[in-house]
Amino acid sequence: MEQTLLEIHDLSVSFRMYDRGFEQTDLQVIAGLSLTVYPGEIVAVAGSSGAGKSLLASAILGILPSNAAVKGQLLYKGRELTPALQKQLRGTEIALVPQSVEFLDPLMKVGAQAEGHSRTAGSADKRRELFRRFGLPDGTEKMYPFQLSGGMARRVLVSAALMTDAELIIADEPTPGMSLDQALEALKMFRELADEGKAVILITHDIDLAASFADRVAVFYEGTTVETVSASDFKAGTLSHPYSKALWRALPQNGFEYERK
Amino acid sequence: MALEARNVYFRYNKKSPWILEDCSLKIERGERLAVLAPSGYGKTTLAMLLSGYLAPVRGEILLDGKPLPKKGVCPVQLIYQHPEKAVDPRWRMKRVLEESGGLKEDMLPAFGIERAWLERFPRELSGGELQRFCAARALMSGADYLICDEISTMLDAVTQAQIWSVISEEAERRNMGLIAVTHNRHLAERVAERIVDLSE
Repeated sequence: MEQTLLEIHDLSVSFRMYDRGFEQTDLQVIAGLSLTVYPGEIVAVAGSSGAGKSLLASAILGILPSNAAVKGQLLYKGRELTPALQKQLRGTEIALVPQSVEFLDPLMKVGAQAEGHSRTAGSADKRRELFRRFGLPDGTEKMYPFQLSGGMARRVLVSAALMTDAELIIADEPTPGMSLDQALEALKMFRELADEGKAVILITHDIDLAASFADRVAVFYEGTTVETVSASDFKAGTLSHPYSKALWRALPQNGFEYERK
Repeated sequence: MALEARNVYFRYNKKSPWILEDCSLKIERGERLAVLAPSGYGKTTLAMLLSGYLAPVRGEILLDGKPLPKKGVCPVQLIYQHPEKAVDPRWRMKRVLEESGGLKEDMLPAFGIERAWLERFPRELSGGELQRFCAARALMSGADYLICDEISTMLDAVTQAQIWSVISEEAERRNMGLIAVTHNRHLAERVAERIVDLSE
């Protein structure tokens, strides 16, 4: 059988929170989650907001807050992802496109941020090429984050992740704020990476985009995957779980419906 | 009764290029308008000008023919594109909501806000959950105009449909003016009666 790039078995994440005084409670946010990613794939993770999609990204990278407890098995290329290995891999073999544009350093020009800390002779050229493909105007690299629009900042974040030669890119909502053309360009670049044998985990709400570019879609609901389907199942309407169906029906172009509670 | 941007110009400083040049936009109370434009066209800047967060370099923002009031809760409320930037990270969510005036607990279920979340800090909520609070906060303030700057891109489709239905219903009931800034033409067609494309 083909070697998996990432395997997640029965992952659970909980947070310890202070309740009243020194009383503590545990809040379970992810429970019994499994996901497998093969080289050459784009796996989209879609699902309700607050279902733990971003936490999954943090758990893979080992950057959860200190009050989080993780259980379950995480394997990268068959090796167990220990905190030491996570530290070694993140930013080099596993790259993250963070969800919040707050991840940009407000006091650093975005060109240098995209090039990253491991700058080499070819970095500037590669960065220029990425900015050009994303349609970022000349001079953007000399700007500070506050001077960028939401969509521009997003494109800088995606560029920064693509600058690394990572085997696995975890893109947490990379497209909000981008126009359709730019979003398509970003997805096209992810597709190219996947075709080179790398893999992308695409966390997104844009099911339409996910269904067009991803190989498989994992649907999240309340901290776990309710089903993992091939992307064509969305368009063909062959979904089995009620939540996946509800997601598809709620799109503005497909009815804009939701169940009233 | 209208909110109007009249020939506004904006740039951050004299050396930087104009972000908005001679931009005009008018919305009546009770009207629902969508603003479309590619990324970097100044949609957010226009939203911040209209709600008084930025002042135009030239031109004026008029509410019923007068400048926006400088005191009290602004009758033009903006829901930000990035909810994590719009709440105090050291306040519990209950206090965040109370900032807009009284906490109207009966409105919470419509936004899908659970009572337990009121005691949490912003970092203990997801982006989509935070955005529900921001929408609730803006509506609880009793504003006459509501500007929604890409408010639902971080929400799943079901929540997006839910939040827009609450906002549309409230806007209709209170005869509010509503501006939806978005990239999504399908969404614009659903929520607005009139669509303005800044790039045209």
